[in-house]
Amino acid sequence: MELAFAIVIGALTASGVYLLLRARTFPVVMGLTLLSYGVNLFLFSSGRLATGGQPIIGSTEAYSDPLPQALVLTAIVIGFAMTAFVVVLSLRSLADHSDDHVDGKVSDSVEPEKTEGETGREDAKS
Amino acid sequence: MNHWLIAPILIPLVGGILQAFMGYAPIALRRTLGIATTTLTLASAILLMGLANDDSYRLYAFGNWQPPFGIVMVLDRLAALMLVLTSVLALFAHIYSLGGADGNNRQFHGLFLFQLLGLNIAFLTGDLFNLFVAFEVLLIASYGLLMHGEGKNRTVPGLHYVVLNLVGSAIFLISVGMIYSVTGTLNMADLAQKIPQVAPGNLPIVQAGGMMLLVVFGLKAAILPLCFWLPSAYANATAPVAALFAIMTKVGIYAIIRVCNLIFGEQAGDLSGLGMDWLFPLALITLVMGVIGALGATNLRKLFAWQVIISVGTLLAAISLNSERGTSAALFYLVNTTWVVGGLFLLADLISGQRGTASDQIVTAPRMRNRTFLSVLYLVGAVAAAGLPPLSGFFAKLLILDSAVPGTVRTWLWLVMLVGSFFTLIAYSRAGSIVFWRNVEGHLEEPRKLTGTIAVPASALIALSLVIVVLAEPLSRYVDSTAAQLHNPAAYIEVLKTPMVEEK
Repeated sequence: MELAFAIVIGALTASGVYLLLRARTFPVVMGLTLLSYGVNLFLFSSGRLATGGQPIIGSTEAYSDPLPQALVLTAIVIGFAMTAFVVVLSLRSLADHSDDHVDGKVSDSVEPEKTEGETGREDAKS
Repeated sequence: MNHWLIAPILIPLVGGILQAFMGYAPIALRRTLGIATTTLTLASAILLMGLANDDSYRLYAFGNWQPPFGIVMVLDRLAALMLVLTSVLALFAHIYSLGGADGNNRQFHGLFLFQLLGLNIAFLTGDLFNLFVAFEVLLIASYGLLMHGEGKNRTVPGLHYVVLNLVGSAIFLISVGMIYSVTGTLNMADLAQKIPQVAPGNLPIVQAGGMMLLVVFGLKAAILPLCFWLPSAYANATAPVAALFAIMTKVGIYAIIRVCNLIFGEQAGDLSGLGMDWLFPLALITLVMGVIGALGATNLRKLFAWQVIISVGTLLAAISLNSERGTSAALFYLVNTTWVVGGLFLLADLISGQRGTASDQIVTAPRMRNRTFLSVLYLVGAVAAAGLPPLSGFFAKLLILDSAVPGTVRTWLWLVMLVGSFFTLIAYSRAGSIVFWRNVEGHLEEPRKLTGTIAVPASALIALSLVIVVLAEPLSRYVDSTAAQLHNPAAYIEVLKTPMVEEK
């Protein structure tokens, strides 16, 4: 079980890192998702892999550690929110630059930076 | 157990939740409530600093669980210092935002307060996983704040910032998992106790976990190979947000100080001083990189963003000396640099409002309005940041130089810091003389009005540099005792023995 588990974590992380290094935002978001799957499984395994264990000491022979499961649950929730945010941000970037390159439009970086004074408009639609 | 410990967490939390439901309330009400919340947070931080001043550790255990079970908040001198540092900066940045920067986003005040909430949890927590959660809270808020404002040039730096920090969070979780799988605990005091007892076979796992933690904190603190996201992100953020972000790199530095002194401190056996020999050269290269960036900056915001990296390099060089005097000098510098850089970011916005289309770019332009006032502020800020006498930056750098023991380390530290300071000075004088003195004939469009709401916070933050000089004696006494407390982790471990049951 350990070997299969380790291979799954390794494959997920490796594919995640590979996708993260792509130049388009969609593969990057997919890469982040895969990476967080790998990390969550890894965190889960830090309480040792066992079947049939109960999280109460004394109830069975083999007891399982409930804490990593609580940690994973927190990490999943946070990872979920972050993925949602990064998807929205990528869409915004696509809309702003009409291009899904992670650096915006490649020609954008050559243009001098646009300057804009802070406006005092109150409650304008954001 | 002292219930005041959670005040700096509860106040921005409640204030932030109120703001979340008040998106359509009149802006005056939202502003009043927002500023009131930040002021109350500052008051509670000062109260906690008074408590921490007696050199004891205070513990708050949620749900009254006996530590190391359950989540604990621990107040010591360092935590109290960071809380006050943050709340002062946040209050001035928040007042500045009333000058109009908060207008076009209904949730600005809520995000601002949640950012404060995350920072305060990070400084108070005594649990490694809770530190991860605190990082996420402050990061989620910072993503929102970074995108706040108008224009398209924030999307790309924002995307880079978010993706980098998500990868950082993944690495953080992996290292937490590695450390937990060996020690079976995540409470920092308990970890400090368990690390020396780790079986030699398991040592490499903890070592790898510890080094990965350093990588994560290094990413937050923006040490050299991980610092290139910072200048574009900070330079494109709205002024009050950029000012508040002056504390964000310091969270990474705080975490390095905490973890290196407590978990991998002198008592940690084979893992004592983990990663410290890497940190010193990296810090010096970061410093050099920051100076080069500052010399090449094309606008004031970029210049000040590179100043953030210069301060990170200086701070980490002092911390990696791993001595009481080094830490004490680093903390003194930390107070100075955070406030001054925050003020400089606000000043850059003031200047850009007075220069029409030239904005804050370092180019010749028609003569700006209110030149005398702004140039004096710039002079004071630049002198404090570059470290010239008579302002606080000078004394802070002097303390750092003085804290190194003679040897190769001192030679390198002195060489890099002194030459670096000289070139920083050149960068500031070049930028200042072009922006303020080199004028061309031309028509200036209607400048933004320089109201008290925006002028006062910027001047106040920069003027704090003078206050630090006046109050140098009590401050240096405080940071000296903080360093002494940090280098004696045995006392911190005692918090585990705080009885929970007899508590009445």
